[in-house]
Amino acid sequence: MDNKYQVSVSPHVRDSITTQKIMLMVIGALMPACIFGVVNFGLHALLILIITPAAAVASEYIYEKLMHKKNTVGDLSACLTGLLLAMNMPPEISWWIPVLGAIFAIIVVKQLYGGLGQNFMNPALGARCFLLIAFSDRMTTYYPTNGFINTLWNVEGTTDALSGATPLAYLKLGQHFDLKALFLGNVGGVIGETSALLLLAGGLFLVCKKIIEIRIPAVYLGSFAVLTLVTSVVRGYNDPLIFTLEELCAGGLMLGAWFMATDYVTSPVTEKAQYIYALLLGILTWVFRLIGISSEGVSYAIIFMNCLVPLIENYTKPPAFGISPEKKSAGKEEKS
Amino acid sequence: MGLYTFKGGVHPFDGKEYSKDMPIVQLKPGKELAFLLSQHIGAPAKACVKKGDRVLVGEMLAEAGGFVSAPVYSSVSGTVKNIEKRKNAVGDPVDAIIVENDELYEAVPQKEKAELADLSKEDIIARIKEGGVVGMGGAGFPTHVKLAPKEPEKIEYVLVNGAECEPYLTSDYRCMLEYPDEIVGGLECILKLFDNAEGVICIEDNKPEAIKVMQKAVEGKQRMKVVTMKTKYPEGAERCLIDAVTGRKVNSRMLPADAGCVVDNIDTVIAVYDAVICGKPLIRRIFTISGDAVVNPRNYEVPVGMSYKEIVEDAGGFKGDPEKIISGGPMMGFALFDLDVPVTKTSGAITCFLKDEVSKAEETACIKCGRCVRGCPARLLPYKLCDLAEHKNAEGFEEAYGMECVECGSCSYSCPAKRPLAANIKAMRRTIMASKRK
Repeated sequence: MDNKYQVSVSPHVRDSITTQKIMLMVIGALMPACIFGVVNFGLHALLILIITPAAAVASEYIYEKLMHKKNTVGDLSACLTGLLLAMNMPPEISWWIPVLGAIFAIIVVKQLYGGLGQNFMNPALGARCFLLIAFSDRMTTYYPTNGFINTLWNVEGTTDALSGATPLAYLKLGQHFDLKALFLGNVGGVIGETSALLLLAGGLFLVCKKIIEIRIPAVYLGSFAVLTLVTSVVRGYNDPLIFTLEELCAGGLMLGAWFMATDYVTSPVTEKAQYIYALLLGILTWVFRLIGISSEGVSYAIIFMNCLVPLIENYTKPPAFGISPEKKSAGKEEKS
Repeated sequence: MGLYTFKGGVHPFDGKEYSKDMPIVQLKPGKELAFLLSQHIGAPAKACVKKGDRVLVGEMLAEAGGFVSAPVYSSVSGTVKNIEKRKNAVGDPVDAIIVENDELYEAVPQKEKAELADLSKEDIIARIKEGGVVGMGGAGFPTHVKLAPKEPEKIEYVLVNGAECEPYLTSDYRCMLEYPDEIVGGLECILKLFDNAEGVICIEDNKPEAIKVMQKAVEGKQRMKVVTMKTKYPEGAERCLIDAVTGRKVNSRMLPADAGCVVDNIDTVIAVYDAVICGKPLIRRIFTISGDAVVNPRNYEVPVGMSYKEIVEDAGGFKGDPEKIISGGPMMGFALFDLDVPVTKTSGAITCFLKDEVSKAEETACIKCGRCVRGCPARLLPYKLCDLAEHKNAEGFEEAYGMECVECGSCSYSCPAKRPLAANIKAMRRTIMASKRK
C-alpha cells in the first residue's frame, strides 16, 4: 500500500497550546513581581533569581542524561520550579542554599516520583520546606528593603516597613501594618512575595489567558478572608476589615494562592474537588497563621493539601453526562 | 434569552470561509461508479441486480437486508459491470455493485408528487423506507427505524440538526440557504408522524444568514421554530444537541426517543422530503470539499457511487502535495489512505491539508491541566481514561464511564501535551465492545 497520505485516528487538528507555552506564560506572569523584588532588595536578589532556575534546569538535564531519560528541559517546567523557589528565598541568602533547594526540588520531589506530572507535591514548596527545616535561621532572617521603592513612589515608609521584622510578625500580635506598603510591596519578606499588587496582576493575567481558573485562588483567599475577619472581630482588633486586607496582602499568600496552589500537577482537576481543596487551603492557612504559634502558613497549607488531592479526587468523582449519581451506586450494589 | 448550549466543548478553527459562499453545484460522475452495499448501520443490502443488467437512474440495485437496513439505488443509467469488494472510507473491503455509466441518465418513470395530506403515517414510513433514507449526519442509521419509536406519542421534539459544528463543513449551511422549503417540507412529513412534537431547527450562531432564511421558511408553519445555539464543537453531537435545546440528558444506554426526542440532520430531512413527497430515492449527497490543499474549495451535489478522486479533480485538484486527506471534517473524519473511495449516503465531505499537524506533534507528559476534562461533553476524565486504556484496564475503564464517550475528539484537540487521548480511548472502547459481542 502506498502511504501517500498520513493516516491517523481523528481528530486531525490540535489546539496551538503546548506545555511549554503554558509554562512560559506563568513565568511571564511572575516577571513583574520578580523585577519588583530586585528593585526592592537589590542585585543579590537578581543573582538568586538567576542561579536558582539555572540550578533547577541543570539538575533536570543531568539527571535525565544519567538515567537515559528523554530530555524535558525544553518544557520549561524545571525553570518555573526554580523561579518559584528563588522567589521564596530571603533576599540576602547565601547562593548555595537555593541551589541546594533547586537540586532537591528537581531530583527528590519531581524526578524520583517519575518526572513532570507524576509528583504529588509542588517541587518548589517541597524544597522550600526542606530548606526551612534544614537552615531555619538563614531561611527566616529577613533583611530590610533598601528603601528604593519608598523614594521612588514617595511612599512614607514607616520605620516598621524598613526594619527586618516581617509584617506577619506584627499581624500575629493583632497589630496593624501599613496596608499601602503591603499592597504595593515595599516591605520585608522573601524576594518574590512582597508585592500583592503585582502578584494579583500576574494571577489575573493567567486567568484572562485561561491558563488557570479563578476558582482555586478565589475560594482560597475568600475562605481565608472570611475566617480572618471573624477572628479579628471576635478578638476585638481595631478595624477588622483593614486587618483582614493586611493579612491577605502579607506574607506568601498572594504568591501561594495564585501561583502555587494552582499548580496543575499537584491540585485537583475536577471542579468539585477544586472547591474542597481551596476551601481547606483557606481554613488551614487561617489555622496556621491565626490560631497556631507560627506566623507563616501558606507553604505548609499548600503542601499538606497537595498530599490530600488524591483522596479528595477519589471522593468527588463526577458522574458522566446523563448518569445520575444514585444510579451509579445502585449499579455497584447489584454487582456485589 | 440566552443562546442554547451545553457544558464542555472546544473552539477549533472553523475553516468555513473556504467554501461557505460557494453555491451547491451538481456534479456528473465519471465512467464507473461503485455502490457499496453497506452504507448504513445494520444489515448490508442484498444485491437484486446481476452482472450485465442494464439499470436506470433511480433503479434499485440492492434491497434492504433486514429491518435495520436500507435499499441502495443507482444514480446513473448504465450496465452492471461486476459485484466485487471495494474499499470504503475506513479502508475495509466491502461488497459493491459496480455500474458502468452510459452517460444517458435515463431515469425510471418519475412518480407523481404526493400531497402530504393524503398520506397516512404508515405511508410516510413506507416511503422513507422505500427511498433508502438513512441518517446523513455520519452514522447512517436507517431513518424509517428511527422515525418509528415504540411510543410515537411521547416524542415532544423533532430536532433538525443544522449545527454543523464540524470545522470546514458547509454542506448543511448551503442546504439551509438553498433548499429551505425542502427542509421545512421534510420536517412537516416527520412531524405528521409525531402528534405531540414540535419541530425545532437548530442552528449555531455563526450562521446568521441560514438562521434568517430558515426563520422565514418556518413563518406561519404549525409546530415549527428555529433556535439559535452557541457556536461550539461538538454542538451537533446528538446528545449535546438534545441537552442544549431541551435540557434533557441522554446517556449511552438511552435512545434520543427515551428523552422524547428525534434528531435528524439537515440533508436527511431533505432526503425525507424527496422520498415522501417526490417519490425519489436517495441517490445524491450534498458534499463539501475544502481545506488548504484544494484549489477550489466548494459545495457539490454528488451522486452516490462517484469516486472521491473525481470530486477532487473537479475542484481543481491539489495545490502541492497534501499530507492528509480526510473523509469528513478534521474533528471526527477518517484519514484516507488513497482517494479511490466511492461516495456513500453518509459521506459529507473531504478535507485536504497540505500539512498534517498531528503526525508532527511531539507527545509529552500529562500535566493534569484539566483541559480535556473541561472540553469533554460527556463529562468524563479523558486523561484518566487514556491512562486506563494504555494499561488495558477494561474494568477500570468501564467503571470510569469510558463507554459514555461520544468520540468527539475534544480531549485530544485541547491537550497541550499532545497526548493521543481520543485515539487510546476509542481503541479501548472497540476492544470492550468486541468482547461484549462475543
